[in-house]
Amino acid sequence: MFAQQLLNGLVTGSTYALIALGYTMVYGVLQLINFAHGEIYMMGAFTGLLLVTVAKLPFPLALLLAMGSTALLGVVIEFLAYRPLRRSSRLSVLISAIGMSIFVQNVALWIWGPSTRSFLPPFPVTAFTIGSLRTNTLELLTLAVALAMMVGLHLLVTRTKLGKAMRAVAQDRETAALMGVNVNRTIAFTFAIGSSLAAAAGVMVGMLFNAVTPTMGVMPGLKGFVAAVLGGIGHIPGAMVGGLVLGMVEVLGVALLSSQWRDAVAFAILILVLLYRPSGLLGRRTQEKV
Amino acid sequence: MLDWADGLLRSFINPYYYGILVTIGINIILALSLNLVTGFTGQLHLGHAAFMAVGAYTAGLLATKAGVGFAVAVPAAGLAAALAGVVVGLPTLRLRGDYLAIATLGFGEIVRITLLNLDITGGPFGLRGIPRQTNLPIVILAVVIAFAVLRSLVNSRVGRALVAIREDEVAAQTMGIDTTRYKVTAFTVAAFFAGVAGALFAYWFRYLNPSSFGFMVSIELLAMVVFGGLGNLLGSALGAGVMTYLPEFLRTVAPAIAERRLVFYGALLVIVMILRPNGLLGTSSEQGWLEVWLARRRSRPPEARSGAPRHGTPPAAQGGGDGGAA
Repeated sequence: MFAQQLLNGLVTGSTYALIALGYTMVYGVLQLINFAHGEIYMMGAFTGLLLVTVAKLPFPLALLLAMGSTALLGVVIEFLAYRPLRRSSRLSVLISAIGMSIFVQNVALWIWGPSTRSFLPPFPVTAFTIGSLRTNTLELLTLAVALAMMVGLHLLVTRTKLGKAMRAVAQDRETAALMGVNVNRTIAFTFAIGSSLAAAAGVMVGMLFNAVTPTMGVMPGLKGFVAAVLGGIGHIPGAMVGGLVLGMVEVLGVALLSSQWRDAVAFAILILVLLYRPSGLLGRRTQEKV
Repeated sequence: MLDWADGLLRSFINPYYYGILVTIGINIILALSLNLVTGFTGQLHLGHAAFMAVGAYTAGLLATKAGVGFAVAVPAAGLAAALAGVVVGLPTLRLRGDYLAIATLGFGEIVRITLLNLDITGGPFGLRGIPRQTNLPIVILAVVIAFAVLRSLVNSRVGRALVAIREDEVAAQTMGIDTTRYKVTAFTVAAFFAGVAGALFAYWFRYLNPSSFGFMVSIELLAMVVFGGLGNLLGSALGAGVMTYLPEFLRTVAPAIAERRLVFYGALLVIVMILRPNGLLGTSSEQGWLEVWLARRRSRPPEARSGAPRHGTPPAAQGGGDGGAA
């Protein structure tokens, strides 16, 4: 029973981790909470749904195209709402981010209406048991997709020139620019990568719950942020660990209390982390630079 | 006195506009208090509706379950919200500003979920049977008190400390300002007034439902403060008045737009931040593209206005006041 809960938590947690990565990467390069990230996740789910049901594309292609177009959306959002405010106060950028989030969500409501759409997986899903654990191919696929993305991201950040540029911009934007890093392009790439990960999470969650709505991004968006803070914001492996831990703690919280309190558990964790370990599980304590 | 004034007002204001005026008054109190946190202190607060909910449900429960009178229930609602403000503010305001945004957002959700799941609040069915004891003179009185208290607060030593925190938190700390204490103070005072506004709301609409205090309500309040002007109390009152009346007006003229107003609010928040981050009547030193452009036009000699080559720096680079550590 306990192991079963942990497995469920792991599946949910892996999608939180994918969302958290986008938050943490953007926070790394811009020190900005990208409030529109949950909406990007929602748009990824809708794009995936439309590509599968309307365009009738095979699933792997639909997933990749959803990730690609959502990446583009992330770049456009950065260009319109954040880039003009590169030198403004944090408050202005945060308000702009929240405005963008409201805008995207309500445009989606306008286009698709408030009702829930069903997102049946376009491939056969078979349930089976491993020992006493019940699971199905969709859950395992979700875990596999999340794992593949995390490994890919890790390689990208540590082994490529782009990854090096991202780390340099995160460390010190001005010095990175002096060293010849194209800062704007690096930030745009960061948004693209973070957004595509959120889109992948959106598509998988859309199928797991068989539900896609314009407001579906709000809660996972918040939880992705909690996961990022839990792992240490700005810290990429932290976001992965934070997502998985949050998913499992949440499932245990539901098992102990009841499912209505599921969402409250995440925020209680946020407040506790902020109280006792604001730098997160893996983050290092830092002093603010003046 | 108040009853007499109410009779007088009702004699020449039709019930429809009377109701709108009460709602405007309640929203003015909410916007004024939110401005204290976001406009004067520079902390993004995304859960103001939750403090309103705490006040509204406190008053509603006191009225329906404990038989407490209006005159006691309203201040009690304010105090309950203020207490909630301390509980949320203390852990989060010690940290850098961004965390407050998420913590208040999360707090708002916790409050909503709690109200939905408790038996005593009626859960999703709501709380009924609150007497209607709010009237326009009482709301006007509350607006005047809130305005007077907040105005004297922002013009005092405390207010100057808050503005210093907004302009540069590290510098403020260096000058010996206990930033956490002042931030928590501002947050608590704002929560108190939000609680009072919530109580007035409860005694006016007589029915409470958790969905009346959702995240989007907080966003509408933020939009009122931003459009009216960050750090300007009159601006907030104006913003609240216009943004409460406008949807009502549009509902009759262009219902489609009234229904979709959040699309425009979202876009406007972004555009205002880029062009004039202070809002219409704001007071912070930060400049947007609009001000920079205007200042540049004014300072350029007339003969250079036509063909001088433009520099490659983004216009915002000239805006001296950078609110936080870049």
